[in-house]
Amino acid sequence: MHYLMGVRIDESVPQPAGAELDARMARIAAFNDEMKAAGVWVFGGGLTYSDSATVVRVENGRTSMTDGPFAETKEQLGGFYVIEVDDLDAALAWAEKAATVCEVPIEVRPFGGIA
Amino acid sequence: MVELRPASSPTMDLTSVYRAEYGRCVATVARVLGDIGLAEEAVQDAFAVATERWGDEPPENPGAWIVTTARRRAIDRLRRESTREDRHAQALVLHRPDEDEEVGPVRDDQLRLIFTCCHPALSPLAQTALTLRLLGGLEVPEIARAYLVPEATISQRIVRAKKKIRDAGIPYRVPGEAELPDRLPPVLTVLYLVFNEGYTATAGPLLRTDLSAEAVRLARALADLMPDEPEVLGLLALLLLTEARRPARVGPSGELVTLAEQDRTLWDRALIAEGHELVRRCLRRGRPGPYQLQAAIGAVHTDGAATDWPQVLALYDQLLALVPTPVVALNRAVALAEVHGPAIALAAVEELDLPGYHLLPATRADLLARLGRADEARAAYDEAVALAGNDTERAFLQDRRARLGDPGPTPG
Repeated sequence: MHYLMGVRIDESVPQPAGAELDARMARIAAFNDEMKAAGVWVFGGGLTYSDSATVVRVENGRTSMTDGPFAETKEQLGGFYVIEVDDLDAALAWAEKAATVCEVPIEVRPFGGIA
Repeated sequence: MVELRPASSPTMDLTSVYRAEYGRCVATVARVLGDIGLAEEAVQDAFAVATERWGDEPPENPGAWIVTTARRRAIDRLRRESTREDRHAQALVLHRPDEDEEVGPVRDDQLRLIFTCCHPALSPLAQTALTLRLLGGLEVPEIARAYLVPEATISQRIVRAKKKIRDAGIPYRVPGEAELPDRLPPVLTVLYLVFNEGYTATAGPLLRTDLSAEAVRLARALADLMPDEPEVLGLLALLLLTEARRPARVGPSGELVTLAEQDRTLWDRALIAEGHELVRRCLRRGRPGPYQLQAAIGAVHTDGAATDWPQVLALYDQLLALVPTPVVALNRAVALAEVHGPAIALAAVEELDLPGYHLLPATRADLLARLGRADEARAAYDEAVALAGNDTERAFLQDRRARLGDPGPTPG
């Protein structure tokens, strides 16, 4: 099954910088390699802050655009992984590792369908 | 109700067969079909068939009959409904070489089902409702009554939980040795909560014997399936030793009787003997856990003519080290009062913060009363009465308050 591992971040909290940031990035890179080596990796990436988001709507044939994310909440999607594993227990085990290296909560959601 | 007379037992009615076999049958059929919801429907179908057919010739092994019938009917239905695209159903129908062989409920399947129902990815209420529904065979209205929530809430939780099990890919298997430390506690918690809800209902009348009996039955099944897990044996022992005192716990007019005042001749000796044996068996393994220690405390309470309080206190010290929660500290304070006197116990209780928990002011009230501080005791009893949700416990606290006599002159 395919699962989304959503990285929830609080954008109001300043991100680490310098050596601390380097250390975290190294841990994340090692984790990414571990997922690839295990054959569960499908896709993954970090997102820019939600203030760079644009929501596009088409209503009655008219397109409108709004600046910012769907909802202006403190917790935003900071990045995500898509993994392919046997079952939820396997996905939760990877999420536990992800939450450890990223130091933020991870939301695990199964895909209902894959195009 | 249909009366059944199989060779093995003199009389048996369909209701007791249903209670005893439902969970086991759902568990096995769920493994065969790979879907819990489908298994439930099939087992219900099979019981409906049984109502019509078992009248004169009940099968020797009702569980095997139900499993076989449920499986055949589910496969028939899948054949009728499946399309070429429905690969899951096709595979199921095609790859069943043992289709006509009679198979009874498999014990491991029950264990699979318990762990699936109590998966940590499900909410605690969903875990409990699902366990009672699927393993206990309780109907939605029964579960709703037990938890005093609307039927719609329970059925919604159950539907949502089953959907999540399917959609999120919660596996139908017994966790491996390495996962057990994380996966066993929620299972034990669910059984313990079900028992407690039956023993001291959070609202309304005091006892709901059916829920406690169900918890004991499931704990027995779990202990049977995992005889090497000391905490499983500890939980069963705890439930049995608590259950054994039930007949003495409520007086003739339905009032609560404290442990010290209970008529010990009313206790169930057989359950106590079984509980003591289990406590010895699990403690021998040298891996004490919270349930084993609580069971050991229960064993001390039910050993001999009076409770050996220093031993109870020593066990609470161990329990508090493992589970440093204010509720354990409060229970420990009761033992502390018996060993070192109410003043020292009161000092320990004053440090605790348990908002909304009626037993904190109730314990304080009792200790204050023993210290002769009647006015403060009265105020604490009032606080406890306001927080208690259960009629019998409220009446008990009001009675204790009344025994303090007339209020003295209010200070300053």
